[in-house]
Amino acid sequence: MSAAGLTSAPAGGERRTPRRPTGRRSAVTFEQANRRLRWAMLSPALLFVGAMIVFPLVFTADLSLTNAFGAVNAAKDHIGPTNFTDALADTRRFWPALGRTVVFTVGAVLLEAVLGLALAMLLRRPFRGMRWVRTVLIIPLLATPVAVGILWLLILDPTNGIANHLLTSVGLPPQEFLGSVGQSLPTLVLIDVWQWTPMMTLLLLAGLTTLPEEPEEAALVDGAGAWQRFRYVTLPMLLPTLATALVLRAVDALKTFDLLYATKGPGGGSDFEVETLNVYAYGLTFDYQEYGLAAAVLVLFTLFIIGVVVLLRRRGGGRNA
Amino acid sequence: MTATTSPVPPTAAARDRRRKALAVARGTAIALVVLLLGLPIVWMFAAAFKTNVQVTDPSVGLWFTPTLENFRAVLEAGQIVRSMGNSLLVGVVSTVLSAVIAVPAAWAVGRFAMHRTASLILVARIVPAISLLVPWYYLFAQAGLVGSYTVLVLSHMFVSVPLIMWIMISFFAGLPVELEEAAQVDGLSAFGAFRRITLPLAAPGTATASLLAFVFSWNNFMFALVFADDSTQTVPVTLFHFISYASTDWGGLMAATTLITLPVLLAAVLGQKYLVAGLTSGATKG
Repeated sequence: MSAAGLTSAPAGGERRTPRRPTGRRSAVTFEQANRRLRWAMLSPALLFVGAMIVFPLVFTADLSLTNAFGAVNAAKDHIGPTNFTDALADTRRFWPALGRTVVFTVGAVLLEAVLGLALAMLLRRPFRGMRWVRTVLIIPLLATPVAVGILWLLILDPTNGIANHLLTSVGLPPQEFLGSVGQSLPTLVLIDVWQWTPMMTLLLLAGLTTLPEEPEEAALVDGAGAWQRFRYVTLPMLLPTLATALVLRAVDALKTFDLLYATKGPGGGSDFEVETLNVYAYGLTFDYQEYGLAAAVLVLFTLFIIGVVVLLRRRGGGRNA
Repeated sequence: MTATTSPVPPTAAARDRRRKALAVARGTAIALVVLLLGLPIVWMFAAAFKTNVQVTDPSVGLWFTPTLENFRAVLEAGQIVRSMGNSLLVGVVSTVLSAVIAVPAAWAVGRFAMHRTASLILVARIVPAISLLVPWYYLFAQAGLVGSYTVLVLSHMFVSVPLIMWIMISFFAGLPVELEEAAQVDGLSAFGAFRRITLPLAAPGTATASLLAFVFSWNNFMFALVFADDSTQTVPVTLFHFISYASTDWGGLMAATTLITLPVLLAAVLGQKYLVAGLTSGATKG
């Protein structure tokens, strides 16, 4: 490859001529030089992320086998897998928290996938004002989750909120929303849907632009209706993007903390009604200083997330994410 | 779709009418979605300009005489201004430092397809941050750093570095190798080719990724909740304390949320095209 290159004079030569590959240097090909460089370029980021994650994970795994309580550096004993058996036997906090995590994630992500897909199909063909619609789409997902939580507390306030005002004005009964034990989790699912459906839509729109036109045109020529073209042509081609989007959203939804904590406070409310595993682990750590038990819950939670990701990737056949 | 009766070809006028009806239906649906997504934000802005009596009276709606009293009170109390300063400082420093280490790393991964090495980045996205908080707290407490800006910057970088890498890897992977090879044939070192040829091409992508990293740092709640003290508190934590201690002052609360949402809103309006590209990169290709 260098034969052709060497005949061309270096651009802006006077400063760079000394750096022309000499006989000795040319023993090292450019590709080899690049390969040496890549580790130098990669290592700062890799070392940083590694240092921030590897020691803590080992620390947490070790902590989960101890009776650490009260202060992080207080004396502690290794007590074997007691914390794990305690957590798994706990039907008052642990299992309900896992259940809520699953309900919240499945509810939110499924709704976001269906609505996001519908919205992506609606916005697919260009139209006047697309720019502004896209701006409105990204505002919810860039907005500070704590601020979003507070905003919805105002809108959904059972006595003074605009939501109940609108409901009663069309003859529907007012709702308790975040003020009741039963409605809190479904309400938070809907707030999450408001905030993150646009993300699903944007990911799917990006996927739609990469699809070839021909299959759909061919289906149109063959007399397929709009639904058939979507169901049998567009959707199958879009599946890899959909799978990736599902993994991305599921991972974030499983770990939702800000919205839940901002709207319902520590413990997920008086009756733990929105306490997911993340909120539970946070409370164990910072409200109860039950470091050992908290670490065990976090190890179980992390394994659960990894399990979900592996499952979704295998089912969806997604190559990435 | 019954194939037995071939439909009578519709007249041009009928087809035209049908297309117009579809366009109207589509426009209506789009308008409805925009209203559903946008109205809550509009409601927040409106509430910030209402008196506390008006905020809790839903019949006031969007027609009222605006007052700046909420903003005056919130700004006078001072905490929100200090917190915005802290958030700005932590956001800018963590984003710049992250870009400095993440962009070269993304180049290495994208250019040489080092996907196994990059899987550490995925681990960073998957692991619940709470499982890192206690060990971090332990380490930072030993170093006497809890409550300092350093801890906030480092913890926010833990989110920004993977985010910037995630966005930039697919960018570098899509760049033709020949560009750098030609530069090296012309006498640039491997690093020189990256710095003078590849990096300028990556400037728009880097700007997008950095803007997103800044927004996510600005929004980050949990790290500052644990690691900040009163003097280094960031905006979401201040907002959270507003709910706990002044839940009746809706006007002030909405003025505060408006103030912290404005920068994000500005970014959304000005950088819409780039932000969308950044948010969706990596989802459609490896």
